[in-house]
Amino acid sequence: MTAIPLEHVLILACILFYIGFFGVVVRKNTLFMLMSLEVMLNAVGVAFIGAGSVWQQADGQVMFILILTLAAAEVAVGLALLIRLQQRFKSLDIDCLSQSKG
Amino acid sequence: MLLSLLPFYPLISFLLIIFFKKQLSWLQTSVLSVGAMLLCTITSLVLLNALNSAPDGVITSHLWRWFSLNNGDSFASVNFAFYLDALSAVMICVVSGVGFLIHLFAAAYMKNDENFGRFMAYMNLFIVAMLILVLADNLVLLYLGWEGVGLCSFLLIGFWYQEKANVLAARKAFIVTRIGDTSMAIGLFMLFNSLGSVNILEVSDLATAQWQIGNNDAYWICLLLLGGAVGKSAQLPLQTWLPDAMAGPTPVSALIHAATMVTAGVYLIARMNALFILSPEVMNYVAWVGASTLLLAGAASLVQSDIKRVLAYSTMSQIGYMMLALGAGAWSAGIFHLMTHAFFKALLFLTAGAVIYALHHQQNIFKMGGVLKRLPFESGLFIIGLICLMALPGTSGFFSKEAIIAQLWSSPTAGQALWWCAILGALLTSIYSCRLFFIAFLGKERFSHQVENSSSKLLKIALLTLACLSLVGGFMAPELGQVFALNSSDIIPGKDPSWLHTVAIATPFIGIGFSWFYFKAYRGTDLQVFTKAEKNSSDNPVSSFCLSGLGFDRLYSILLIKPFVFIARLNRRDVVDQTLMSVTWYVGLWRDVLVFSQNGFIRWYAAAFALGLVFFIGGWIL
Repeated sequence: MTAIPLEHVLILACILFYIGFFGVVVRKNTLFMLMSLEVMLNAVGVAFIGAGSVWQQADGQVMFILILTLAAAEVAVGLALLIRLQQRFKSLDIDCLSQSKG
Repeated sequence: MLLSLLPFYPLISFLLIIFFKKQLSWLQTSVLSVGAMLLCTITSLVLLNALNSAPDGVITSHLWRWFSLNNGDSFASVNFAFYLDALSAVMICVVSGVGFLIHLFAAAYMKNDENFGRFMAYMNLFIVAMLILVLADNLVLLYLGWEGVGLCSFLLIGFWYQEKANVLAARKAFIVTRIGDTSMAIGLFMLFNSLGSVNILEVSDLATAQWQIGNNDAYWICLLLLGGAVGKSAQLPLQTWLPDAMAGPTPVSALIHAATMVTAGVYLIARMNALFILSPEVMNYVAWVGASTLLLAGAASLVQSDIKRVLAYSTMSQIGYMMLALGAGAWSAGIFHLMTHAFFKALLFLTAGAVIYALHHQQNIFKMGGVLKRLPFESGLFIIGLICLMALPGTSGFFSKEAIIAQLWSSPTAGQALWWCAILGALLTSIYSCRLFFIAFLGKERFSHQVENSSSKLLKIALLTLACLSLVGGFMAPELGQVFALNSSDIIPGKDPSWLHTVAIATPFIGIGFSWFYFKAYRGTDLQVFTKAEKNSSDNPVSSFCLSGLGFDRLYSILLIKPFVFIARLNRRDVVDQTLMSVTWYVGLWRDVLVFSQNGFIRWYAAAFALGLVFFIGGWIL
């Protein structure tokens, strides 16, 4: 099995993170923003796995499992909120829902 | 004790009326205000009597310490204290006596005015301020009274404030006298700075002890005080406010702008006589100011068509006489003329007021005529006032005016030129008096309304008393020798040529004789003459020049008002303003930036986080 160099893993993680972040900033639909957040979390998970395999430690995989459970919880809460938003405002457009204008 | 109460009678009456003016009826208000004045009059007479037996001829009353001033090595206390000597006794008698009669007249004259309470309250307040002015034992208290009478003058000129002309006149009077007041305030500061006291007696003593005649400090202080006197007494060059001040109700013109307030300047100079003696140059200026006002106001009075303006210019010219007397060092004669003038000019104004009232507020003399037949009572009193004004022998004006003229010729600070000015002034006085009388009282009626005869007893009592005072006032010459002990009059009797008196006595008769023939047409029945004369006074350049008060208003407008307005307009966008505006612009700019950043869009915040992180890491790496 050929070892994948750490740089590749980190570059992949960065690209994923930026794609996710770009999605959060650009997307107006809250559902897609949630999905982009998942992508960002997964990018961090990839970085942990890569680092764990380089140092031959289990910590990276433990962290990933933690992140996975966190993501699951976040999606559960987020989707529940989305359903309430949809019911109440008939819209998922984040800019329409904004009430915190300075 | 009585002395300290004197200004409080009208003060209490003022407070009561001003607070309860809605509840008080006409009778209650009149009783309060006129009663307070009656008390004042009685108290003044009692005090005048008590003064004879008082030690040193002085009564003092110390009420409380107002504040103290640090004059370098010690503290000079400024007291709320009154000082009564022969000079202030004359003044309080004139102020409260004439004031009482005018209050009495005003109670009847203003009866139907809806703001009667306010009017009487202000009149009382004026008396308070005037009494403080004449009784003050220090110059700061005097200045309080000085400003107080100015304020009341302003309030009463603009009493009918709904009309714009009245408000403008009030403002003009206030601003013009303010120029004089400022000069006087600077004079007081200089006085305190150089002598370390503001008490009038102390100042007089210190000045006499420390300064030689012709001292530079004394010169400047006297000049500045003269500025104050000129402003208040409507002398050249600050005289422009007085004719306009006639916009006020007639009792106000009689009380403030003829009898009392305008003579405050004369009182001030007489009060500070010890200082003025130290600077003969300023005494000379005083005399020349008086003489030029006397002549110019007399000339202006010759062409006026408003009866009250004729009297206003006449007041200016009579105060010119007083100034002339003071300048010549004839202190007693000046104060004597002040007193008699207060009597007969108040009488003239009040009778003029009664005539104006009877003719339905007609003030134009060209539209009167024949008043003598229709209103014989008022006309008779007006004649008494006029003969006093012309100084016919036997009347009060004669005694005081002759006393002034007699001392001019050989006075070191006046002289022969000023004597001739005074004689010419007397001639002008008799001519304009005759003109006024012929046009307004003789000839054929030129008014269409029914004459409204006022049968009010109050009015008649006030007028009759004033007429008696005007006639016999000459025999009540005040004894002021003690006050003016430092009298500079080194007049050697017998040095004057003997024909001087003859000329002085004959002058008014020459004036009357001249006007009898010159104004012959005004006595006739030809109505054409009057329309022509009225038209002529505005068309003829010389008389229209005199009509407009010898062009002083226009001159000041060009010299002062227009440049001031121009500068003010330039200054609207001045540098200071721009600096302050740039601060607000800067703050506003940041406000806009911050408001833009707080747009409430989550996605923008997220982007801002990222950007901030990039900057942070970028800065850290570099």
